[in-house]
Amino acid sequence: MIPELGHFALVLALCLALVQGTVPMFGAAWGIPGWMALARPAAWAQSLFILMAFVCLVTAFIQNDFSVSYVAQNSNSALPVMYRISAVWGAHEGSLLLWATILAVWMSAVALFSRSLPDETIARVLGVMGLVSVGFLLFMLLTSNPFERLMPAAMDGRDLNPLLQDPGLVVHPPMLYTGYVGFSVAFAFAIAALLGGRLDSAWARWSRPWTIVAWSFLTVGIALGSWWSYYELGWGGWWFWDPVENASFMPWLVGTALIHSLAVTEKRGAFRSWTVLLAVFAFSLSLLGTFLVRSGVLTSVHAFANDPKRGVFILAFLGAVVGSSLVLYAWRAPKVVGSGNFQLYSRESLLLVNNVLLVVAMASILTGTIYPLALDALNLGKISAGPPYFNIVFVPIMVPLVLLIGIGPATRWKQDSPWQVLRRLRFAVLVSILAGFAYPLLMGSYSLAVGAAMAIALWIWLTTLMDMRAKAAHKTSLWAGLRALPRSYYGMVLAHTGVGIFIVGVTLVTAYGVEEDVRMAVGDSHEVGGYSFRFDGVKEGEGPNYTASTGTLHVSKNGKEVTVLRPEKRVYWVQRMPMTEAAIHPGLLRDLYAALGERLPDGAWSVRIYYKPFVRWIWLGALFMAFGGVLAASDRRYRVMAKRASARAPAITGGGATSAPAR
Amino acid sequence: MSGRFQAFMLLLALAWSAAALAAISVYDFPDAQQEHRFKHLINELRCLVCQNQSLAESNAGLAQDLRQEVYEMVSSGKNDDQILKFLVDRYGDFVLYRPPVEATTYLLWFGPFLVLLVGLVILIRTVRRRAALATGTLSAEEQQRLHQVLDQPKDKDQP
Amino acid sequence: MLRYLLPLGIFVGLVALFAVGLYRDPKLVPSPLIGKPAPEFTLPTLKDPKKTFSRNDLLGKVSLVNVWATWCVSCRQEHRFLMQVAQRPGMQLIGFDYKDERPAAMQWLQSLGNPYATVLFDQSGRTGIDWGVYGTPETFVVDPKGIVRYKHIGPMTPDAWHDHIEPVLAQIRTGKG
Repeated sequence: MIPELGHFALVLALCLALVQGTVPMFGAAWGIPGWMALARPAAWAQSLFILMAFVCLVTAFIQNDFSVSYVAQNSNSALPVMYRISAVWGAHEGSLLLWATILAVWMSAVALFSRSLPDETIARVLGVMGLVSVGFLLFMLLTSNPFERLMPAAMDGRDLNPLLQDPGLVVHPPMLYTGYVGFSVAFAFAIAALLGGRLDSAWARWSRPWTIVAWSFLTVGIALGSWWSYYELGWGGWWFWDPVENASFMPWLVGTALIHSLAVTEKRGAFRSWTVLLAVFAFSLSLLGTFLVRSGVLTSVHAFANDPKRGVFILAFLGAVVGSSLVLYAWRAPKVVGSGNFQLYSRESLLLVNNVLLVVAMASILTGTIYPLALDALNLGKISAGPPYFNIVFVPIMVPLVLLIGIGPATRWKQDSPWQVLRRLRFAVLVSILAGFAYPLLMGSYSLAVGAAMAIALWIWLTTLMDMRAKAAHKTSLWAGLRALPRSYYGMVLAHTGVGIFIVGVTLVTAYGVEEDVRMAVGDSHEVGGYSFRFDGVKEGEGPNYTASTGTLHVSKNGKEVTVLRPEKRVYWVQRMPMTEAAIHPGLLRDLYAALGERLPDGAWSVRIYYKPFVRWIWLGALFMAFGGVLAASDRRYRVMAKRASARAPAITGGGATSAPAR
Repeated sequence: MSGRFQAFMLLLALAWSAAALAAISVYDFPDAQQEHRFKHLINELRCLVCQNQSLAESNAGLAQDLRQEVYEMVSSGKNDDQILKFLVDRYGDFVLYRPPVEATTYLLWFGPFLVLLVGLVILIRTVRRRAALATGTLSAEEQQRLHQVLDQPKDKDQP
Repeated sequence: MLRYLLPLGIFVGLVALFAVGLYRDPKLVPSPLIGKPAPEFTLPTLKDPKKTFSRNDLLGKVSLVNVWATWCVSCRQEHRFLMQVAQRPGMQLIGFDYKDERPAAMQWLQSLGNPYATVLFDQSGRTGIDWGVYGTPETFVVDPKGIVRYKHIGPMTPDAWHDHIEPVLAQIRTGKG
């Protein structure tokens, strides 16, 4: 009964989405207020039904309803409840429903927090989002129905892939999708602006908070995926340039360019057609990611099981959405003339360079990801492009970009001189080069690459601090000056600081991390990274739905015990898949990591031990970036906008908030 | 339907890898340099039966065999090029995670930098031209084009 | 105007690429041995470990080298068709038993039938590596001069035989098409 309800709810949602995607748009085009007013209620009603469908699927999982094919394929009665819920988005059909649900949440949020928007705009924005929703609902109903029944019902399910039975994997997809889907808001705003022919600073100001929040979620989602892959898969790495990882990283890069570009459009009125194009790109890349992961064109550990029929649908959808937006862009954008005029050396042009670098970085990743496919399609052979390629091509593009983090804020709008900027920043230049290149000396073996990377990180932090001091200098005291700086500024400070933290983490763990595969008999000791690891044998045991062999490693440093690591080898009962569960002792400055291999013929075990210095800084940096984004999005002027709008509503009784003018 | 069934069966036969089990094999090396070379090589080589994993990570049977091959070749004194050639002769360029630089891959290797260069050049020229427009320093040709644009009927869509 | 159409142009190109790519198998690894001499090898036969078979024994006849194993589910699937193939004149069907157990393999052939003129035993898989074997079943077509003419990946089916193997055999017969 419940699955049928869910299915029906999806059908109803589709009908509402069709209405939402068409009527308000025509209403905006022809100036019919009644039609435009349909947008918000349609969005809320549609969201309600999608949410209902989602709840129905979750219920089916919790209740172990194995008459639903999707539940039977991805769950099991022995599966702990938490994973039964996360199994909802563990495979193709359910993750599509998650996509649709998150889209519904964003739509409702836009409908709710947009009182100050003119009716035409909100009609168009919700209309575009409605059309996107139509695509996903159709996709589900036509090719990937999560509520399909299995007759006769299975006795028990095939269990969730053991790799996914993990807290990280519970949170990672929802965060990631919130980011991906959130870019549809920026996209919808861009399309609305193109359709309405008005790309002014107001449009940029409305789009900005939505875009920044979506970007923050995407940052967290990607970081979670990287962190999960590090601790779960036992390979000690944190990024493989796998096609699916790239599919999430590309929209992030363009999203970063977009938030910077929106800032310029809002403040200076420049870059308008650029910003619109970036908004279209960001969401297009989200959709492209969906295509790459579900169509079977690329090989990836991440890819969902699929068939070409689904691939054809998504490709058609992708073609329709992106194709029509680019046509609209080609038609309308030439008429949009940016009002900014600025000299060759100015903050505007540096931000343009920033955009170009980020887009080229994205293009290089896109090239590497689809080049093997392209060659194969043209019958020119079969190659692979993996981490060696991406590292060689991507890193050099990033170097000038991160240097700009320091140069940009120190450069004036409209016109400045490079020499003046250099003079202003000379302290940072000197200290970062000296201290940065000196750092590897402390570590023993010298490496120029490490020196350069540390110099860059220091450069970022020093220039950020100097900029804060410069901007806070206009008040009576430094403290008053700092207090007067808006949240959006601190958001930037936090995010840029995060970039520096990230660079330090990546560099130090790559350069100074140690990995050793050793044969250990009971009582054997091995030294890694200054720590001593003593192997105390392996015990057999059981978990809720698996059998485990647990090893014990006593770790000490200079004779003092630091921790006991218990790496496991598990065999899950249902899928009979063996899995390594690594044991990690985390720390801010280093991780100690052990994984159990195999029992060797002589009774000893093969054990892998890692010493990973500063590895947590990688995800810490990402967290700083995400928090910076959220902080910036919560800036007063966006909240002031909302308050002002409600004050403008015909309420005679007092309470009209007279807030300070938005900056 | 038969085609898809075949593909599925093939996948079953090919994918006898336990992707979730880290590949921990112990190899003995006489010196650190050889060990370093070995680790570098197995990270550059692709596991042919896996869903995108390197020889270092994969625990598939073929991956274990190939790691053993590479180990033996490193121990017997072969250099990196010879080892890579050995594998490419048998499995093609697919086995390399670092694609070779040849005619079909020039675009892959040099494309991004070319695009960057072109992008920067266009950026500089566009910004210069716009700045010149604003400060009134136009060439004769540009002045003529400016008049052309200004003389066109006004578009109601202009912001 | 042109530069505003550029993103659209690139996008259309990408979509075309993907459309073609949808019908390709990204995991298929083509063999670099095609058109080259078959690798040197010497393997013991399955039935009699003391008897060996090497590359030279392939020469003079058209050989179909079929790589199989008892642990391979698809090999069982193609087996019946291979029994039919074995009846065809003008070629020898050589089996490479890949990374298997001798008793299990003998049992398999006994119960399902033996389509092979000779079955060779590659226990370590070393010879398989030389032939670029990455998964079973795989079938190589080797001409009388010892040149590898075609590699079929996956179970041999009547369709595959008709569409791919027979044209190659015809080419060999008419003398290098």
